[in-house]
Amino acid sequence: MSRTTFGPRACFVLAGVLPLVNFFVPLWGIRLYAPQYPEGISMYIWTHRITGQLDLVNGLNHYIGMKPIDPAGIPELRWMPLAVVALSAWALMIALVPTRALALLWVVVYSLLGLLGLVDFYLWEYDYGHNLDPTAPIKIPGMSYQPPLIGSKELLNFTAVSFPHVGGVALMLAGALGICGLCVLWRSREAKPL
Amino acid sequence: MKSCSVRAHWFLALGLVLVVLSGVSCKRQVSTQGFMAEDAAQKVYVAPGKYDEFYAFLSGGFSGQVAVYGLPSGRLLRVVPVFAVNPENGYGFSEETKPLLMTSHGFIPWDDYHHPELSQTNGVPDGRWLFGNSNNTPRIARTDLTTFQTVEILEIPNSGGNHASPFVTPDTRYVVSATRFSVPVPQRDVPIPSYKENFKGTLNFVSVDPDSGRMSLAFQILVPGFDYDLAHCGKGPSYGWCFFTSYNTEQAHTLLEIRASQNDKDFIAAVNWRRAEECLKEGKGQKWPAEYYHNIYDDERHLAVSEVLREVTVLEAGACPGAIYYLPTPKSPHGVDVDPTGEYIVGGGKLATVIPVHSFSKMQKAIAEKKFAGEVQGIPVLAYEATVAGEVEKPCLGPLHTEFDGQGFAYTSCFVSSEVVKWQLGTWQVVDRVPTYYSIGHLMIPGGDSQKPWGKYLLAMNKITKDRYLPTGPELAQSAQLYDISGKKMKLLSDFPTVGEPHYAQALPADLLKNKVAKIYPLEKNHHPEAVKSEKEARVERRGNEVHVYLTAIRSHFTPDNIEGVQVGDTVFFHVTNLEQDWDIPHGFAVFGSENAELLVMPGETKTLKWVPKKVGVYPFYCTDFCSALHQEMQGYVRVSEAGANVPISYGTGK
Repeated sequence: MSRTTFGPRACFVLAGVLPLVNFFVPLWGIRLYAPQYPEGISMYIWTHRITGQLDLVNGLNHYIGMKPIDPAGIPELRWMPLAVVALSAWALMIALVPTRALALLWVVVYSLLGLLGLVDFYLWEYDYGHNLDPTAPIKIPGMSYQPPLIGSKELLNFTAVSFPHVGGVALMLAGALGICGLCVLWRSREAKPL
Repeated sequence: MKSCSVRAHWFLALGLVLVVLSGVSCKRQVSTQGFMAEDAAQKVYVAPGKYDEFYAFLSGGFSGQVAVYGLPSGRLLRVVPVFAVNPENGYGFSEETKPLLMTSHGFIPWDDYHHPELSQTNGVPDGRWLFGNSNNTPRIARTDLTTFQTVEILEIPNSGGNHASPFVTPDTRYVVSATRFSVPVPQRDVPIPSYKENFKGTLNFVSVDPDSGRMSLAFQILVPGFDYDLAHCGKGPSYGWCFFTSYNTEQAHTLLEIRASQNDKDFIAAVNWRRAEECLKEGKGQKWPAEYYHNIYDDERHLAVSEVLREVTVLEAGACPGAIYYLPTPKSPHGVDVDPTGEYIVGGGKLATVIPVHSFSKMQKAIAEKKFAGEVQGIPVLAYEATVAGEVEKPCLGPLHTEFDGQGFAYTSCFVSSEVVKWQLGTWQVVDRVPTYYSIGHLMIPGGDSQKPWGKYLLAMNKITKDRYLPTGPELAQSAQLYDISGKKMKLLSDFPTVGEPHYAQALPADLLKNKVAKIYPLEKNHHPEAVKSEKEARVERRGNEVHVYLTAIRSHFTPDNIEGVQVGDTVFFHVTNLEQDWDIPHGFAVFGSENAELLVMPGETKTLKWVPKKVGVYPFYCTDFCSALHQEMQGYVRVSEAGANVPISYGTGK
């Protein structure tokens, strides 16, 4: 291994390994606080499942007519793990054969998928928060219940707090490492063209 | 003056910093018992949202229940039904809990609960179980301290009143009990004046499984027909022994008030249970026929089951030399209390003028040297002078019961003179005394009968409260009074009315218990035979004249909520499963015209209400425990048609 490619290789090894933590830790965490739930109600979104007090959330959401969250009915939970594995494998391949084109393409695809994921998550939240059952017991004109993408938001008696969890941070870190790797690769190749 | 008293009121209510800043001018007027009321108020004040330092379990005496209080605030946290039915939550009314109150005399809806006793490990309360005795129809109950639910009741045969009970060995190997009223053993039809020939007492050793807590009556010792009053087991050097007080050694059977108060000394029975175990191993016990119930509630089946036992091992005292000795003790002793070191055995002679203290080591020596003063029905009576370590002179009138602070001091309650007397072990000198209001029975120091008392507070349990609280007709509240015993002088901090008669109590630090408390019953572990785990499984089934309604409850509806096809003459069983898995969300269930109680169903639990409709009509049912914003909408109807009507069974929710 040449000294000049050591940095980029290391970056892509990490960028390949880090996303895999998503199979062991959640991607995103949402917590709901209310006067009668001082300890909070948690919901965790993984790449392949949703955990936490889902039954409780669904039980409470029915008052305002939100659809029950049913992990079986969310297609993202099926394709997200595949995308993560594919991107990981790809990053590891780059680590093995560090070519500029492959690395550039990885960074572009990774960023696009990441962005797509966030947009998809936002739309999903939008749908859950806006698409309300017209027969719901509690109806407040103009009120929607979309949880925040990142940060906190007051929703009736609840404060909803949403933040990336360890898996989400790992994904961002992997992206950043990929970009670093690409940059170093790019510069080293410029200094010493093939 | 007026503003001062108003302010004083504030101090009592808030009892905080303000007192120090502005209360100086009226301190004199609000002081009680030479102790500043505002200081006391601060010591018992637990701010909103803060926890008490101790859990205290006070028996309800004739209420048959045990009440859980926080100390030092004296706030009532919960009433746990044990020996009495409780309409509040359907205990003894639901099909699942009825078996707990079954006895060989049938279903008994009430009994008097006298002595709570915490399980111990290494001589210290461990917060696993709370045992309790029923006096009237002899039984011992076990309450699980993760669920605060009574989970086991064992009937004691050949006993006439289970008063000297349930006191544990330091490892909870045994829970002991003894009969208050001697009776013919086994029971039979004999003239009452034949008391001396025919009446016997029993001392009972109930073993406890260290893992499950399950009790079983290991053996009974047949003893002379006295009245046995209280007990305590030895610890440290006296481990292996238990002590039982007796009165009526005169063996009177009428007007005991006078006739059982003639002897100068009655007896403490010192029982070497390890010796008794040896005798049983040698085959000196006998199997006697007996009928008694053993009722166990299963947390996963949410169901109590009764088992009828038909045999008991009896050891006659005379058949096992060395198992029992009598310690003469003045006079009609109530309490027998073993100090934390296990060396001193304190008698509470309620008619005595001294508090006698026996020494365990002296007793051992006296046995070895055969310093006997006589014999009663084969049981050696040790010489008083040979066992007594000292006497507390002129302590008070009517000394009853003693607990210890772990600092070398003993605290004795005095019924007649209404006071607590503090005295020193070893010197037998009285060092302090405080009045109680009024007629104190037992007293309690958290862990005060164990090897390591948390000797910060003392709780007096009083029988009479006239002029202490707002009057409530001829019947007044009974009360507990909290004293600070951390200093040299005892200080009254507060008093609070109690549920029933606070006969005795136990307490332990909240930290030992609060994190072990169950929050829900997990639905996946609900193995109740009639449980329904989802609304899809909810249904109504007819089986001959029985209609079984498999009902689910979740905020804020029942499934099904419209039921038709029930007929007059049917017996309807509502099997209600609470589908919630959220802490503090029970659902209630009550039906119009029911001659039963309501149900209170905890999250994940299943309970059954039996209902026999008598008249045609449409009957509402509803949730009784305010569960949600739409609690009032949580309701349904049962249509009851006349017998033989052709209305088919039908049901649904939202149809």
